Amino acid sequence: MMPVTYAVTLAHDADFTGWRSAARRLDANHVQPGCVQWRCEGDPQPDFLLPAARPYQELPTGNAARTVPGAFVSLAQKLICHSADDRFTLAYRLFRRLREEPQLLSDAGDDDMHRAHLMAKAVSRDAHKMKAFVRFREVTPDQGADDRPHFVAWFEPDHHIVDATAPFFMRRFAGQSWSILTPERCAHWDGETLSFTPGVPRSQAPDGDPAEDLWRTYFASTFNPARLMVKAMTAEMPKKYWKNLPEAQLIDPLIADAQKRHQAMQDTAPRAPARSTRVRRDHEAGSRAADAPIRSLDDLAAAGRSCTRCPLHCGATQAVPGAGPGDAPLMLVGEQPGDHEDIAGKPFVGPAGDVLNDVLRETGILRDRAFVTNAVKHFKFELRGRRRLHRSPDAGEVAHCQWWLAKELELVRPRVVVALGVTAARALTGQTVTLNAMRGAVHDMADGTQLVVTNHPSALLRQRNAEAARQLRGNMLADLTTARRCLEAAG
Amino acid sequence: MPQKSLQDRLAILADAAKYDASCASSGAGNRNALKDKGIGSTEGMGICHAYAPDGRCISLLKILLTNACIYDCAYCINRVSSNVERAAFTPAEVADLTMAFYRRNYIEGLFLSSGIIRTSDYTMELMLEAVRLLRTEHRFSGYVHLKTIPECSPELMSEAGRLADRLSINVELPTRAGLKQLAPEKDETTIRTAMGHVRSRIEDAKDARRDRTLRRAKPPRFAPGGQSTQMIVGADAASDAEILTTSATLYAGYGLRRVYYSAFSPIPAPSAVLPLKAPPLKREHRLYQADWLHRFYGFEMPEIEAATTGGMLDLDIDPKLAWALRNRHVFPVDVNKADREMLLRIPGIGTTAVKAILKTRRHRSLRLDDLSKMTRALKRALPFLVAADWRPTQMLDAAGLEASLRPPKQMELFDAP
Ligand code: SF4
Repeated sequence: MMPVTYAVTLAHDADFTGWRSAARRLDANHVQPGCVQWRCEGDPQPDFLLPAARPYQELPTGNAARTVPGAFVSLAQKLICHSADDRFTLAYRLFRRLREEPQLLSDAGDDDMHRAHLMAKAVSRDAHKMKAFVRFREVTPDQGADDRPHFVAWFEPDHHIVDATAPFFMRRFAGQSWSILTPERCAHWDGETLSFTPGVPRSQAPDGDPAEDLWRTYFASTFNPARLMVKAMTAEMPKKYWKNLPEAQLIDPLIADAQKRHQAMQDTAPRAPARSTRVRRDHEAGSRAADAPIRSLDDLAAAGRSCTRCPLHCGATQAVPGAGPGDAPLMLVGEQPGDHEDIAGKPFVGPAGDVLNDVLRETGILRDRAFVTNAVKHFKFELRGRRRLHRSPDAGEVAHCQWWLAKELELVRPRVVVALGVTAARALTGQTVTLNAMRGAVHDMADGTQLVVTNHPSALLRQRNAEAARQLRGNMLADLTTARRCLEAAG
Repeated sequence: MPQKSLQDRLAILADAAKYDASCASSGAGNRNALKDKGIGSTEGMGICHAYAPDGRCISLLKILLTNACIYDCAYCINRVSSNVERAAFTPAEVADLTMAFYRRNYIEGLFLSSGIIRTSDYTMELMLEAVRLLRTEHRFSGYVHLKTIPECSPELMSEAGRLADRLSINVELPTRAGLKQLAPEKDETTIRTAMGHVRSRIEDAKDARRDRTLRRAKPPRFAPGGQSTQMIVGADAASDAEILTTSATLYAGYGLRRVYYSAFSPIPAPSAVLPLKAPPLKREHRLYQADWLHRFYGFEMPEIEAATTGGMLDLDIDPKLAWALRNRHVFPVDVNKADREMLLRIPGIGTTAVKAILKTRRHRSLRLDDLSKMTRALKRALPFLVAADWRPTQMLDAAGLEASLRPPKQMELFDAP
């Protein structure tokens, strides 16, 4: 016996709700996809009715509730907007198959899924082009209407996308009333509600808008005739859209003229920079300023900005000079600025700075009373993807930058210096020392300053072993306490 | 002198702005006009509303507030020594023009830039005034991109971040040396410091919004669309490898959304210190592809550099294929077994295809027929992959492989008018 065939008539071409409730009922009654005849209200009656096609409403409602993954719903919603006649059948077939094949949705090689994806993509693209290429024209509202500006557009979509796309225009143009007219369906917004009416002919849409002259001026001026790429343009703005784009009438003349304009540009004699002498003069004055004697920490910081003694200046944001009172009795010297310091232009403001502040507080040293700086003034890093990973400066870089550290020592004249980490100890002593050899004692430097050496605070951050980290912290506490005693002893 | 008409000034100030390659209008988050019955929305992806015959998308009204400038950057049409016609908009004109275009759905918003007049702060003030008018008087919620002036005061930069969706500061040239030579009045440290400042403001704003344990008022936004920059390619001697290394440094250092590469283009009033010949536009295209590999395909810049010739990317083939041809020993890659990182290295297989491969192979092993539905460039990929019913035989060693993948020489990027 021939299976019974059911007929479904949907309210309009993109009636997802109608499709869904019919699909549920058909599915609950195990009706095969081949036994459903889908059509929309207003479609011409098919030439022949399949034998015994009966309204699907005759089927019992049954237990119609069936859950499907959200991904299927959004796929089906798009699919239903496609212009292909078999879209409802394909969507229903997928819905049926999902019962037995729960993995179907993630199978990009399946023929039905592939076709559904292509169709959904075509619908998305069409909707995207509608959002892009609708051109509103301002019209004078009817007598008695409110004085809100009213705009009307004419558009010809490929698929049944007006219902799905209208809310975008509502959200964007909430403060004006508008209509988008298409041959199939029209959308209207009056400032309060979104409504839909049947399609209209092109003649109902307005013809021009004074703003279009300005827009064409902009279109022509933003085009660079030296970079003509017509294919790239038509790939994104196919010719079929041109007739409804006010700017498109300029395209052919702009292309025709481009070669000539390009040539004219190339034939223009170049002009020497008019102010080159002034610029050179300023520049020389600038470099003289850089050579000016350094009398204060401010002079020093200004001169340091343009340091190019070593290649580290290339990648970093800025040289980070020391910070603190110019007469500080205590100077703390770290290794080099890190990611945060490089951005802020101040030493020890990142996570290592937090550790340092912590330990200083516990030792009873006021950070504001200390001059805090680094052995190397530019941040050295290695790129790993989108991160800058700290790398220790090499001996050459330390040696180059030593010049700046020496100047800071000379200007601040601290009584006690604390080297935080081995790089600082090497920069301050000029020797290849090790932490273990230097820690725990007070060293006298050539100029009479006392030197205390301890770990760098970031060693604590890098340490994964909690016990070892505690130990490092203990070291720092002890060493900074030594430094404090030295300060007190010196009065 | 009689004031030029609005239309004439638009022609001048749009022309002057067209050398800035940025057109993006995405990433500003979700915002619309429904609540306050204003005008404008941003919903993730930006929209290109038109395309010019140069193939570039027109998404924003890209204009200069004024093309007068006290600087003399050699590559710039607006430099003080150029003989172009000068013009200026008032902030109100900028706002009105933006609204007139936006209401008609011509644009996603405004990209405002300016020559420097009087001082940096004075210029920034005028630009900010235009955006203030848009946001308050016109209740405009569309996209705004401000090209900020690195020398302006931090207060103005902060206000710019509150008003705009995206900020950009152009590094202009890939190397400090190039900047010194061609833009002697600009200072790389100032530029980078400003970018750093913007980065930390963006991070702070994000942290503050995430960390809303107390039900306080929403903390103010700061450039939710992030920051970007632009580099001019071909005006100085920097190689592609140098350019890309600078980009990688900028991405990592300042959390940039995008680095734009703008092949230095002949301008109607060229400067004598510039090279006479513009670089091929193809070079710009290859740089974008390499940049893309870095950001989305897990390529480190040194790997890309290793696939260049003397620091220059191959103009005939894309950088991913160039890398594969020089690293044949890692191929063929088995699409049924390889991890994501390796799949991404197969020429002709993009991020979408990789996603489809990973998803589908959970259920069954993949054959060529499956792959043909996932990528449109299967032919290019074939020598580099293994599937259930496919194994390239000696293709990887064939001397002809490279030649067969190179396009015929006469291929041209331009299509003749
Ligand atoms: S690291 Fe030191 S020596 Fe090297 S460029 Fe920077 S300031 Fe100069």
